Amino acid sequence: MEFFERFAIPHPSPAIYASMVAIALVTIGIIAGLTYFKKWGYLWREWLTTVDHKKIGIMYLISALLMLFRGGVDAIMMRAQLSVPDAELLDAQHYNEIFTTHGVVMIIFMAMPFIFAFMNLLVPLQIGARDVAFPRLNALSFWLFFAGAMLFNISFVIGGSPDAGWTSYFPLAGNDFSQHVGTNYYMIAIQISGIGSLMTGINMCTTILKMRAPGMTLMKMPMFTWSAFIANLIIVFAFPVLTVALLMGTTDRLFATNFFTSDNGGMDMLWANFFWIWGHPEVYILILPAFGLYSEIIPTFSRRNLYGYKPMVWSMVLISFLSFLVWTHHFFTMGQGALTNSIFSITTMAIAVPTGVKIFNWLFTMYKGKIRFTVPMLYSVAFIPLFTVGGVTGVMLAMSAADYQYHNTMFLVAHFHNTIIPGVVFAMLAGLTYYWPKFFGFMLNEKIGKWAFWSLTIGFVLAFFPMYITGLDGQARRMYTYSEATGFGPLNMVSFIGAAIMAIGFVLILWNVFYSFKNSSREIGSDPWDARSLEWATHTPIPEYNFARLPHVNSSEAFWDAKMNGHQLFRGEYEEIHMPSSSGVPFIMGMIFFVAGFSFVFSLWIPAVIALLGIFFCMALRSFEKDDGYHISVEEIKETERKLGGAK
Amino acid sequence: MKELFPAKQVMGFVASLVLTLIALLVVFTDMSYTAGMTILLVTAFIQATLQLVVFMHAGETEDGWAIYSNILFGIVIVVLSVLGTLLILLWDM
Repeated sequence: MEFFERFAIPHPSPAIYASMVAIALVTIGIIAGLTYFKKWGYLWREWLTTVDHKKIGIMYLISALLMLFRGGVDAIMMRAQLSVPDAELLDAQHYNEIFTTHGVVMIIFMAMPFIFAFMNLLVPLQIGARDVAFPRLNALSFWLFFAGAMLFNISFVIGGSPDAGWTSYFPLAGNDFSQHVGTNYYMIAIQISGIGSLMTGINMCTTILKMRAPGMTLMKMPMFTWSAFIANLIIVFAFPVLTVALLMGTTDRLFATNFFTSDNGGMDMLWANFFWIWGHPEVYILILPAFGLYSEIIPTFSRRNLYGYKPMVWSMVLISFLSFLVWTHHFFTMGQGALTNSIFSITTMAIAVPTGVKIFNWLFTMYKGKIRFTVPMLYSVAFIPLFTVGGVTGVMLAMSAADYQYHNTMFLVAHFHNTIIPGVVFAMLAGLTYYWPKFFGFMLNEKIGKWAFWSLTIGFVLAFFPMYITGLDGQARRMYTYSEATGFGPLNMVSFIGAAIMAIGFVLILWNVFYSFKNSSREIGSDPWDARSLEWATHTPIPEYNFARLPHVNSSEAFWDAKMNGHQLFRGEYEEIHMPSSSGVPFIMGMIFFVAGFSFVFSLWIPAVIALLGIFFCMALRSFEKDDGYHISVEEIKETERKLGGAK
Repeated sequence: MKELFPAKQVMGFVASLVLTLIALLVVFTDMSYTAGMTILLVTAFIQATLQLVVFMHAGETEDGWAIYSNILFGIVIVVLSVLGTLLILLWDM
């Protein structure tokens, strides 16, 4: 019995017991459903073992949406707790756990898979390739992310959630102050999915550098591919720092080392330093692909080519460099001298310049354009002013002397949500609506989409703008309640109403998927938006080999040239196509990583060692495996092309 | 016969052995901390470059510039991060 006590929740509540029951019921439901409809074989063959970048992208997309709802529920609970003074919906411990998991889930398990979804779906299509450079590694990346996400999500029913904030600062995150296993979950779940992200980074960089279609020089790549390239470059340089910091934190917690302890020669501030050396570039890893999506959507719906392609590219390159030079602005108040703070103030303000360049480029793209206000365009148009407000408050926070006033207040919370929601979340939703027809074969309903858009935008403004005011008045972040005398009550109530309106917006998006699935026309052709770049040049649904003949490219908008200027995209005869074969090993490895992670969280050394051996066994197996993929014959290609509406 | 003999790789192998022996001297001879660290750092960086160029074939393809500019970018980032960390936690604390 003593053995099982470690799995108990240290601080249970009826809500957690209800979640346990819900999780058990959903799991049973899924298993029963799969068995009843005899879908196990389909699931295994088409999804679990796939190495196709499009299917992996769709799995990332589904995971990201699931995690968006998980993180969204956390957010609603926090806003509900703060909506009135001295509320007793949550106690301090639950509030701590909820803001911690909200942050981690939204950044690591929602935003990251969302951008990986679009990179997987779009990059090979935009550069005219048949898949990514290392398809099986790509599948492994996904399953590692998935294992990490699941490990993190079971924390609140088995052993307790982390409660030291998404930044998990030591010494609070050390064993002395966080005794239960929650922070182990944090360290190990993020570690597993972080390894997956690092592998995606290497994979995407290689793909973009090595597999571009004939004629596509670097300066003729579509802008989303450029942004994906820069983001992955940042991943390759930033994620190793996180990997090492998490490993040091793990050994501190599990093996009593003293990297981040406050005594025995440890240095707790080193964690904050490492965390933000990764953490600030991470912000740009998320925002650059979002910028890339806006750069695809705005030209399409303005019927103009992107204004200033070269400045766009150079500003991203500059951002990728500067993003590594600003990390101290997250802890101006930690105690370092004025010299250091001044240096990092200046670099932080400098990074606003290339970002401003991009804002103006989008505005000039729209200038004199024939704008169509579709749902993706609405998100993009709303993004520009809202994100600019977030950027301006960012420059306020960048002034280190003034930051002593803002630090750890709701002003900061308002600022980063003001950049992440209109920046990243709006981009993802715009991209989702824009690319939905390409990957699922039907359009999302515009009317419901517009309702969802307005709910999200109005809800966002109501939820976060009041926080600027309460923050300046001194409401601290991460405080689970406040007294009536502070006067924060009414504005927090407005925030809660805003959050509720946003929740309605997200429900509308789900309803839209369901409604459009039932009612939308399937006769939409391969280019329903009259778009400009290469991903729209192939059929819908996209054949597994993407392009029957590789496209020849002469500009960054090759498809537009083909439609308008008579450019010949596809030339020559069909040839046999070489494709990678499916493999179950990435999925199995992901599951073994899950077991290993779980064992490490609870210090179960025997299963941990067995699982680690299993991981090495899988790697060895891959080294000795001879698999040259398979070939699709010319007849088969012709047959598929004929079925999909003839070769262009 | 001459073009079949991998002269570059053999030279590289011998050079990497020599570099390892020089690094080993730090352990087996009695020298000051500064001198030892200098020798280790210098040999380590030459060794890493050697491995990268000779045995990992960096720069042998036409887009070799991509590898070298990535390495350069990496070095700049690492140097700046380390200097910044020292500045924050030691020099200006």
